[in-house]
Amino acid sequence: MTAVTEDTKDAATELPRLLPPPENKRAHDWPAHADRHGRLPYRERPGTLIRDIEAAGLTGRGGAAFPVHRKLQAVLDAADKRRRTPTVIANGAESEPASDKDATLLWLSPHLVLDGLQLAAEAVGADTAILYTHVSREHDVGGRLREALQARQAAGADRVPVQLAQAPARFLSGQETALVNHLSGGPAIPTFMPPRITERGLRGVPTLVQNAETLAHLALIARKGPRWFRSVGTDAEPGSMLATIRRADGRPRISEIPLGIPLKDLTGEVSPDSAVLIGGYHGTWLSGGEARALTLDNRSLARAQARVGAGIVITLPPDRCGLVETARVVRYLALESAGQCGPCLNGLPRIAAALAEIAGGRARPQAVADVERWSGLVTGRGACHHPDGTTRFVRSALRTFAAEVDRHQRGRCSATATRPFLPVPEAAAHTEQDWI
Amino acid sequence: MAEKLLVNPIDCEGHGVCAELLPEAITMDEWGYPVVDPHPLPPGLERNARAAVSACPTLALRLTRS
Repeated sequence: MTAVTEDTKDAATELPRLLPPPENKRAHDWPAHADRHGRLPYRERPGTLIRDIEAAGLTGRGGAAFPVHRKLQAVLDAADKRRRTPTVIANGAESEPASDKDATLLWLSPHLVLDGLQLAAEAVGADTAILYTHVSREHDVGGRLREALQARQAAGADRVPVQLAQAPARFLSGQETALVNHLSGGPAIPTFMPPRITERGLRGVPTLVQNAETLAHLALIARKGPRWFRSVGTDAEPGSMLATIRRADGRPRISEIPLGIPLKDLTGEVSPDSAVLIGGYHGTWLSGGEARALTLDNRSLARAQARVGAGIVITLPPDRCGLVETARVVRYLALESAGQCGPCLNGLPRIAAALAEIAGGRARPQAVADVERWSGLVTGRGACHHPDGTTRFVRSALRTFAAEVDRHQRGRCSATATRPFLPVPEAAAHTEQDWI
Repeated sequence: MAEKLLVNPIDCEGHGVCAELLPEAITMDEWGYPVVDPHPLPPGLERNARAAVSACPTLALRLTRS
């Protein structure tokens, strides 16, 4: 373990850790990365890094917050038991339209993610690695990653070959089983567990899938040790995370923040009757009054039935209607259902239609009760969590915008601006080709 | 050890045979898909549960040890 002495304590708590200092325009290239972070600290045998990751308390930054050491250990154990060499996959397919943190990380610090991929491969004894990403809306991330891999090859940094793979532009393409299905040559749609992919994933071998940001944290813990990692964040949820923050102007701002930061530091001053969306489109609407009292960690957010998720914090501008925004997003989520499971296929479009009716004003009196009933009916009945996440979002909207629902029933709406605020991709899937 | 029913929601096509054979633990939702009691199967229903499992036309229903 790297010792953190008193006089380096300030450096330890300094953020950002993952993103380069903004003044350095070439910080993404190999010499700058090697200069800032040093060589890859290979441990020379599988398993040893896992203890450091456990001591650090690193959890997955893709949204589920699953303890990383448990996944690493599960893959290592499955490899021993079944005598199969594992594969590791960095998941940069950030399908949530409101999030931009993984694309930003891959653009600004590609080598930190690639370091993490190599070190995770060593930790579980893998012989192949894949980096799975979306085509970025703004940057040529693929080009930058190819360049990065060439530079690493020239420097002799990598021990395991890395392939780049592209995710279709669908909401569910980053879901773990969808990812494995896609990399196996199928469409990027979820499959039904078990077996767990840590035991039997890509080509039937034990497979580790970690979010891109998670691997970047892993690469730093391998260098600086668990104590350094824990010097920010809370005891229960240590470390920092990348958050996508949107305020009234709608532009995403990517910020590396300590877990446990007060939400009001991210939203700015919000009035009690305003609304804040935490965790994106499978997340939770909170009133400004609730948000002001909470911090960004799962222990605090649980009090308001919310979760950190992938670190999305959106403040709804006061001139927009939360019901109209929610209805538009839920229509998108219904269209993004893979259509494999009866409850999701039938329930989500009906929920979306009833919400559109409520948002449109003077809905049938039973529309709200219909949404509540269907939400209960689809929860927990899909192969993946798409129905559960969607209904969490829907129910929180009905709770947070209850006064607005009443207003709409009387044919009114408090919005003064109609331009859509929450980002929703234009193109829905029409054929099977759109999932490949 | 108690047994539990488990539906593979991808394979299930809503034929409804399971709900006919085992109404004590399986009901149909308003779209014709089975809603399975999440609790362990009460004693005495094992035989009917096994019949429902083997009658499913898409082999989407399973009994698992909990």
